[in-house]
Amino acid sequence: MTQLIFLPILLQACIAVLLLFFFGKVKIQKVISIAGSTVNLVVTGLLFYTVWVDGSMAIQAGNWQAPFGITFVADTMAVTMVLLTAIVGFAISVFSAFTIADGRIRFGYFPVFHFLMMGLCGSFLTGDVFNLYVWFEITIITSFVLLTLGNEKKQLEGAIKYFALNMLASLIFLTALGILYGLTGTLNMADLSGKMAALENRGLVNVCALFFFIGFGIKAALFPMHFWLPDSYHTPPTAVTAIFAGLLTKVAVYALIRIFTLVFIPDVFFNKVFVVIAAFTILSGGIGSLVQNNIRKVFSYLIICHIGYMIMGLGLFTKVALAGMMFYLIHDIIIKTNLFLMSGIIIKIKGTSDIRKLGDIYNDYPKIALLFAISLFSVIGIPPLSGFWPKISLIWGGIEKSNYLSVGMILFGSFITLMAVARIWSKVFWKSAKVTKPREAFLYFDKLPKTRRFWILFPVGFLSVVTLYIGFGAESINLVASRIADELINVDSYIELVLGK
Amino acid sequence: MELLLAITIGLLYAAGIYMVLRRSLVKLIIGIMLIGNGVNFLIFLLGRITKGSTPIIPANSDTFLEAYSDPVPQALILTAIVISFGLQAFAIVLIKRVYKVVNTDDIDELSHNEYEDTL
Repeated sequence: MTQLIFLPILLQACIAVLLLFFFGKVKIQKVISIAGSTVNLVVTGLLFYTVWVDGSMAIQAGNWQAPFGITFVADTMAVTMVLLTAIVGFAISVFSAFTIADGRIRFGYFPVFHFLMMGLCGSFLTGDVFNLYVWFEITIITSFVLLTLGNEKKQLEGAIKYFALNMLASLIFLTALGILYGLTGTLNMADLSGKMAALENRGLVNVCALFFFIGFGIKAALFPMHFWLPDSYHTPPTAVTAIFAGLLTKVAVYALIRIFTLVFIPDVFFNKVFVVIAAFTILSGGIGSLVQNNIRKVFSYLIICHIGYMIMGLGLFTKVALAGMMFYLIHDIIIKTNLFLMSGIIIKIKGTSDIRKLGDIYNDYPKIALLFAISLFSVIGIPPLSGFWPKISLIWGGIEKSNYLSVGMILFGSFITLMAVARIWSKVFWKSAKVTKPREAFLYFDKLPKTRRFWILFPVGFLSVVTLYIGFGAESINLVASRIADELINVDSYIELVLGK
Repeated sequence: MELLLAITIGLLYAAGIYMVLRRSLVKLIIGIMLIGNGVNFLIFLLGRITKGSTPIIPANSDTFLEAYSDPVPQALILTAIVISFGLQAFAIVLIKRVYKVVNTDDIDELSHNEYEDTL
C-alpha cells in the first residue's frame, strides 16, 4: 500500500502529459482537466484515509535505503496538505474551465496548471531536503508561466517582481542547502534531525537556519520580504491568483514548519524571532489591506496578514499553539482561494476591481452576496465559522507561554481583518455604484447563459461548503490538527519510520 | 585551493548582490546568474574538495580502500545548474518581452496600478 504515496504526483503528471497531446484543443482540455481533478480528489482522499487509519507511511525511491536514496513520507501533515491541494485544485480547475479566455487555454494553460499541482504534491510528500528544492523549482517555473501567460503589460510588470524575488529566494535556499550538506553530509530530513542536534558548531547551524528562514520567508511573504506579493498577485487572471493565494505561499509556510520542527528545533532566540516577525507581518499586512482600493490588492494584503498567524503558532511552539497553527493553515488555504474566486466573480459582474467604482452587488444579486458573506465572515472569525476556532488555540498557546505580545497581536489582527472586510462589504456590496460606461468587448455576468453562470458560481459554493464544514465540524478538524501537532513535537516516530530503526 | 575558492565565492556573491540592487533589468538577471554560480561553487567547496579516485568500491572489498571524492555535491550542482539554466532562459525571454511592451529597462518605471482588469 505504500506505493499509494506516489499516486497524487504521478496522476497529476499523467494528466499534464495527456493534456499536452491535446495541445490547442480547448474543449477536450477542459474536460480532461476537470475529470482528472475529480479523480485526484478521490485518490488523495484514499491516501488521507489510509494514513489516518493505518498511520504514517514512507517509501524509498528506487529502493535505496533511507539516508542514501530519496525518501517520500506521507505523515498526517503531508497528506492533509495534499488533500487540501486536491480540493482547491478541483475548484480552480472548474473555475478556470469557465472563466479563462480560450486564447490562454490554447497556449497551454491547463498542462502548466497540472504540472504546478504536481510540484505542490511533490513538495508536500518528499522527505529529502534537496528533493524539496527541486519540487519548489517546478512550482516556481510553472507559476512564472501561469503568471505571464497572456502577455499583458501589467502581467509582465508583475512577473518581473515575482520572478526576481522568488529566484533570489531559491538561491538563498540553495545556499542553505550547501551549508547543510557541508555540516552534516546528508540531505534526508529524518537523518538530518539527529545529526543536526549532535553538532558542536552551533554558530554555523544558526546561520544555516537563518538562511532557510530568509529563503522560505521571501516565498511565504513574511514581514520585511512581503512587498512583492501585493505587487504581482492582482495581475494575472483570477483563477491563477486563486491558486497562488491558496497554495503557493502556503507551501513555503509548510516548508518552514517542516524544517523548523524536524531539522532545526527552534531555541529561545528563534522563538523570539518568529513571534516578532509574525507580529510585524500581521501589522503590515493588516494596515496595508485598509488603504488599498483594488479588491484583489486588499485580499493580497490579507494573505500577508494571516501568514503571520501561522508563524506566530510556530514561534510559540507548544502543542496547543501548533494545533492552532495547523487548523489555521487548513482554514486559510480554502478561504483565501475562495476570496480570490469571489473577487473574480465581482469583476465579472461589474467589469472592474476598483472599490471606488464598485457597488450594488447586494442589491443586484442578493443570493450571491449571501454566498460571499459566508467566506467573508469566516475570514474574520465570527464564532461558529472556521476562522474562530484556530484563534482560540493560538491565544491559548500564547497564554500558556505567558507571551502576551502574541495574544495581543492575534486579537489586533482579527480586529484589522474585521475592518478590512467591513470596508469591502459596505463599499462593494452595499454602496450604490456610480454609473460608468460599460467596457467594450467584455462579457458581463448577466449576459452569460444560465448554465455557465451556475458553473462559475459552483467552485465558490463548493469551497464555501468546505469552509462551513471546517467551522461546524471543528471538532474533527481539531482532531486532525492535534494529531499533526503531536507528530511535529515528537519527531521520533517520523525518524523511526524513515530510517527503519 | 579552498582559500582561493572561498574568495571566489565571496566575490561572486558580492558582485551578484551589487548587480541585483541596480535598477536595470539586464543587470538584475546578470546578478542572479552570478549568485547562482556562487551557490554552485559553495556546494562544491562545502562538499569537501578531495583529490582521489572515483567512489566505486572494488569487487573484492567491502569498504573504500583509498581516499575518494564525494559524488553527491557534484550531482547536486549538476541538478542546480540545469534548473538555473532553464530559469535563466525564461528570464531572458521575459525581460525581452517586458522591454518590447513597456519600452524601458528601468525597474522603477514599472508601475501598473490603474489598468483594466482581466478575468
